[in-house]
Formats: sequence, structure tokens, C-alpha cells
Amino acid sequence: MIVSTQKTLEDILSSLEGGRKVFIIGCAKCATVCKTGGEEEVFRMQEELTAAGKEVTGTIIIDETCHMLRTGRDLRSRKEQVDDADFLLVLSCGAGIQSVAEASDKKVVAGSDSKFLGNIRRFGHFEQRCSLCGDCRLNDTGGVCPVTVCPKGMLNGPCGGMEDGNCEVDSNNCCAWVTIYERLERQGRLEAMDQSAASRDFSHKRHPHQLKLEK
Amino acid sequence: MPSTLSRKMGDNCFVITAELAPPRGSDMTAFLRMADIVAPHVDAINVTDNQGANMRMTPLTAAALLVREGLEPIMQITCRDRNRLALQSDLLGASAMGIHNILALTGDHISCGDHSQGRAVFDLDSVLLIRTIQGLNEGRDINGKPLDGRTAFFVGAAAAPEVEPFAVTRPKLAKKAVAGARFYQTQAVFEPRRLSMFCTAVKPLGAKVIAGILVLRSAKMAEFINRNIPGLKIPPAVVERLAQAADPAAEGLRIAIELAKECRDISHGIHLMAMGRDEVVADIVSALK
Repeated sequence: MIVSTQKTLEDILSSLEGGRKVFIIGCAKCATVCKTGGEEEVFRMQEELTAAGKEVTGTIIIDETCHMLRTGRDLRSRKEQVDDADFLLVLSCGAGIQSVAEASDKKVVAGSDSKFLGNIRRFGHFEQRCSLCGDCRLNDTGGVCPVTVCPKGMLNGPCGGMEDGNCEVDSNNCCAWVTIYERLERQGRLEAMDQSAASRDFSHKRHPHQLKLEK
Repeated sequence: MPSTLSRKMGDNCFVITAELAPPRGSDMTAFLRMADIVAPHVDAINVTDNQGANMRMTPLTAAALLVREGLEPIMQITCRDRNRLALQSDLLGASAMGIHNILALTGDHISCGDHSQGRAVFDLDSVLLIRTIQGLNEGRDINGKPLDGRTAFFVGAAAAPEVEPFAVTRPKLAKKAVAGARFYQTQAVFEPRRLSMFCTAVKPLGAKVIAGILVLRSAKMAEFINRNIPGLKIPPAVVERLAQAADPAAEGLRIAIELAKECRDISHGIHLMAMGRDEVVADIVSALK
């Protein structure tokens, strides 16, 4: 899922300067799970904006704001409330915010920051394991991604900053290569540690990406 | 090979290197003065590359100025601030300026330094960088395309003999040697026994070992390093010895000299990190005679 966090109310209010009426849009998927733009957060935002002197013309939680056609359709279903607003405040990931921007010429305000593609450890606890590099090496690294879990994306083993098996950037984190080594050791294939990795092909990271499935 | 360091190491001379940081500004006066103090006592001078991710003059220029002074630099180059184009073009530039020794590093993470909001590059890592330099030496770029004139770099890599778990780091040390590293310059060592084990472990890899020696000034400095410098751990016994000393700076020098003497029988050279006290390089070297 896409992990996002809500911007501060101060930031949001500063983006809403020059207008009074706001229509609030949340998302029923990722933004709900990470409590950025679910029912509860949209309701709280409505209360806070009202207390700050704004008028909320309406709210909606779209089921997958990243779904462009659905977002357009759902906003049309609330045409009056949307048309009445000066701003559309979106509490979802950046993809969702842009679905809204594409569906309406109203001023769209991003109420959140998209952080990373996250695994869910437990309720409210997310960890980045994949950075969508487009060039997966997990088959060679015991199922642990050094591109993501190592802050330097080291492909050939730990850097010189590893200390007692921990990362130089955050000593609370285990070095990705220690985890890889231990997994390969348990699987009886430590020889994989000796394989020199080829340099990454960053052409996979050229954006914007598009994918159209063949029919 | 145009590198004098390479020839000396090939002849099994015990080599001594020291380390200078380029200036944080355009004034080369202090840098060149320090180089003059250190140069008569060492075989080569490492020129650091935005060490600790703190911004300074490019080592390419600083090392080239040492060449102009008739000195032999080891230019350090990291993957943190340059992609594969910039690394190769700086290396070709270094070769043209008469720089023939390279210490190829991944580099401390940008979050460790004074520009922590900058973007870290890490297009390559140290192993891939060494392999790339080997390619330049063979007259081709990273994509295998021929160059107009090959380089003749004598390439070294970093190593951390006292790091734990060592088993995790060993395969990478081997990859560095296979990629083309001819020597390891190590992180500061404090336990000769560990250095000895390290030298035994890497001997089959064929690359020689230049052991890092840090000249400490005080217990406070040691504690600061332990807190802030990645991959460097000063053992409690050494910190305690500095704390108890009447003259900690002199004690730091004594510790360095003791280690240097022990290294003579263990490694192929020593790398002195004087931490700004460049005059002590002469003291350590004369104590070895």
C-alpha cells in the first residue's frame, strides 16, 4: 500500500487562504489504512476547518482515489457541493490527488504527503521493503532487498559504516547485508554472497511510467 | 605503472601514507603547508573526498595541486556524489593531471554530513567503481566502449579489520580484489591481534594491507568519534588510557607509535590519520626507524 501522512493543519490552512468553501475528499483504501484520509480523518478535518472559520460544502470517501474514472464519476455525483466549493481538499496519496485534479478544474489542495510503498507490520506500523526499482534482485539476495533496506542501496555487501551488524544511518536498524547473510546461511547458499552484482539499470526508473496490458 | 606507490609496494617496501582534507573554501595555503610538513615522511598522501559527507573542495583539484608540487597523492573518490558519468569523467581528468593512485569508496551516507538534505547518488558501489576503474585501465568505459587513451591507476579499497560480524564483510573484500583493488587501506586499528587475523584472512586475495592508525588527542575526541564517525570504534581501554593521562595529546601519540611499531611486522604499510596534528607524522615515522 501507499503510505502517506497528513500535512499539518497550519500547512493546510495556509493552502486554503483566499477562499472559504472547501469540499473534502478521502480515500477508502491506503489513506484509510494509514489514517490519512479515511472516514475518521475526513470527519476530523471537517470539524477543524469549520472551527477555523471555513465552510465545508461536503465530503466524500472515494473507493480508490487513484482510480481516475471512478473519482470523476463520484465527484460528478456531488456536483453541487463540488461546484459550490473554492477548494477541493484531498486526503489521499499523490496519485489520488491528481485523479481529483484531472476530474475538476477547481483548485485542488494536497492535504497529505505520500511517503513510500509500505508493508504493514501491524496496525499503524508500516515498513518500506520495496522501492519499485523495476529491476528485482530478490532472487539473489535471499528475499531481502538491499536496494531498499540499505540506505545506500549497496549491491555487493555491507558498507564500511556497519557496526555490530547495524546500519550507519540508523543504528536501530540491522544492516540489510547482515540480514541477507543470515538468511542465505540458513538456506545453505552462502556462495550467493560471492556473486558480484552488475550495476543497476536506472532506465527502469525513468518516469512517468505507463503500462498498458495487451488484450 | 607510473605510480611510485605501486612500485614500492611491488618491491615489498613498508609504505607510509598520510591523509589530508582539501580546504573548505578556495584558499589552498593551509592545505599546501600541511602537505609540505607531511610529504618528506610519507610515500603518498591521501586526499579525502567530502569526508563524512561534509562539503569541501573536490579531491581532483587538491590532488592535482599535490602532483604539481612534485608529491604523490592517493585520490579518494566516492560514489555518494557522482553518477557513473561523473565518476568516469573525473577519473579520466585525474589521470590527465598525473594522479595515478585511487582509493575507491562507496562513501559515508549524506545524512552523516553538513548537507543532509541533499540527494545521495550511489549509482555504483565501491565494488562496481573498482571494476569500472579496472576497465578504464584496460582502455574501455563502463559500457565496454574503447577510450582514446587508457588510464594507469593503482587502485585501493577500504577495509575494516575490527568490524563485526567480519564474516559478512569478507565476501565483499574478495569482490574488491577480483574487481581490481591492489591494496586495502584500513579503518583505524587498535588491536594488532585483530589486524593480524585480518591480514591472514585477506592474504589469499592478493591485495596488500595498509593499516590505518589514528592519532587521538583526548578521551573527549575519542568519544566524539565513537558517537559520530561511521565504522570507527575506539575501544574503551584506549579511551580510558587517554582519560587517565596527564598529557592526553602526548599519550595519543604514544598509542599511535606503539601501534605503528606493531604493524611493521603485520601489514605492508601504515596509513596515518593525524586529525589535523600533521607535525606528529614526522614523530611517528622517526620512531619507526
